[in-house]
Amino acid sequence: MKTIWEQKWLMLMSVPMLLYVLLFNYYPMWGWRYAFQNLDLNNFKQGADWVGLENFQWLFGRDDFLMSIRNTLAMSVINLVFGTLSSILLAILLNEVRTRAFKRTVQTVTYLPHFLSMVIVVGMAQNMFSSNGVVNSLLLSLGIVDQPVFWLGEGKYFWWLVGIINVWKEVGWNSIIYISTMTSIDPTLYEAAAIDGAGRFKRILHVTLPGIKSTFVVLLIMNIGHLMEAGFELQYLLGNPQVYDNSRTIDVFVMEYGVSNGKFGRAIAAGMFKSCVAIVLLFAANFIAKKLDEDTLI
Amino acid sequence: MSVIEAIKRRMKKRDIVFPLVNGLILCLMMFITLYPVLNTVAISFNDGTDAVRGGIGIWPRVFSTEAYRSLFTDEQIYNAFFISVARTVITTVLNVVLTSMLAFSLSRKEYMLRKVITLVMVLTMYVNAGLIPNYLLISKTLKLSKTFWVYIIPTMFSCFNMIVIRTYITGLPEALVESARIDGANDFRIFWQIIFPLCMPVLATVALFVAVGSWNQWFDTQLYNGSKKYLYTLQYLLKMKLATSMQSMNAANTSVDALANATKSTPITIRCAITVVSALPILVVYPFLQRYFVTGMVLGGVKG
Repeated sequence: MKTIWEQKWLMLMSVPMLLYVLLFNYYPMWGWRYAFQNLDLNNFKQGADWVGLENFQWLFGRDDFLMSIRNTLAMSVINLVFGTLSSILLAILLNEVRTRAFKRTVQTVTYLPHFLSMVIVVGMAQNMFSSNGVVNSLLLSLGIVDQPVFWLGEGKYFWWLVGIINVWKEVGWNSIIYISTMTSIDPTLYEAAAIDGAGRFKRILHVTLPGIKSTFVVLLIMNIGHLMEAGFELQYLLGNPQVYDNSRTIDVFVMEYGVSNGKFGRAIAAGMFKSCVAIVLLFAANFIAKKLDEDTLI
Repeated sequence: MSVIEAIKRRMKKRDIVFPLVNGLILCLMMFITLYPVLNTVAISFNDGTDAVRGGIGIWPRVFSTEAYRSLFTDEQIYNAFFISVARTVITTVLNVVLTSMLAFSLSRKEYMLRKVITLVMVLTMYVNAGLIPNYLLISKTLKLSKTFWVYIIPTMFSCFNMIVIRTYITGLPEALVESARIDGANDFRIFWQIIFPLCMPVLATVALFVAVGSWNQWFDTQLYNGSKKYLYTLQYLLKMKLATSMQSMNAANTSVDALANATKSTPITIRCAITVVSALPILVVYPFLQRYFVTGMVLGGVKG
């Protein structure tokens, strides 16, 4: 009892936050029960009936939900591959720069888009990729295409546009972790390699790349755990009726059915499916990480 | 002799060629990064009817401030700017004070609830009920929709920031707390008068991230306040203009007369002007505070 009284200030400083988190982060999980009810806007007041797995059956009978799973995974993989490769490339190039001021300038500039809101980024993308935008004029003048391409109006380009925009926005930011790993590589390794006659490319290949290997593996595994998170804002803002079949991710699907159409039960079922797959992926990723930790890492 | 000289010359040539090519590639990357930003600024300063033709680079073709003038005659933009500033400031202050307060109490090893609360907090980083349950809680149970407080109350805490601050506090000398306690200060005073001021470097970083996140947020307006024009934020205003232009772009896709359609929606110059206005605070502040941003990333990287 005495310690409780002594620690009353500590409790006053933390228990309200505990209650806050219980309300805003844990209580909503109770809402998952609606995944098994036919809750929507109409019967919200009087309460819904239990329908068992009907919502899930409905989901998996729908082409647009199955497509949204496909789109989520496809855009995740594209983001993962291009995002990782581009940030490693930028980090390697920056690591070879000897002029301090130039290096810092490049970093300052390439980090910038990370801090712009997705709304702004999509606005800029609309200007860039519109039928008389700069991308089309460039391609026309180079003779690669002979007619303006409707980049934003055709489904087959959508995934790649998302990939390009994400790389543009995050390449600098994602390279930070690789740059800081590279600066911790022992410089004597480079000297030894140079004395042994390794040129610049050999040194990158045999010193820099092995040096970032463990960071790369850790980030890769973490990203596999987040494969269900292809993003929401970009697809939601950039999507339009012509490309919905390729732009709709699970999150967009949940937004459409849950908020716009008021089909709460079905949307929660979709969200729950996503969360469950995500948790399995996370555990799988952690399992792989542990295995690798024993075998190859360090 | 000549062989060695040839090798030397080759080495030298390589040493010039590589940095040059490397520098050029990096300059190209900077150009690609900045081009859309400069292009948007250029379009916003261009004449409206001329801009529809397209093909504007990074410099206005027909200079005009008409877009900004018509933008600033619109009452709504002042209101939206005010709402954006208000939500950013209030959220940042509350979030930083409350999060650091919690971080301090969870950094005290003698605190009996420390383990339990830490566990509950850390688990929030892994479990998330998802969009709809949160939406139902905030709009139906708590009835926060259609109020300004929906911008503030749900965003007062981030576990990640808490861990960053707690790590910093753990690094401070323990003797500070001990001596203050001997002098009779209670835990709240120790936090507020000793620890909080000492945490300024890490709090600056956290505050920046919270502020940028709050400023850039548009989705909560859409979810909860879409029917209340006076609660629109700048980002949401911009989002609305983009949506109309998206529709017209699709119309242009199918119809022959793209020009007629484009003029019906918000003119591209005004859209770009709003983009510039809503990005301006970040563009202005960013170069000076960039090192704080990066410190935050490195702090996070250590933990993550």
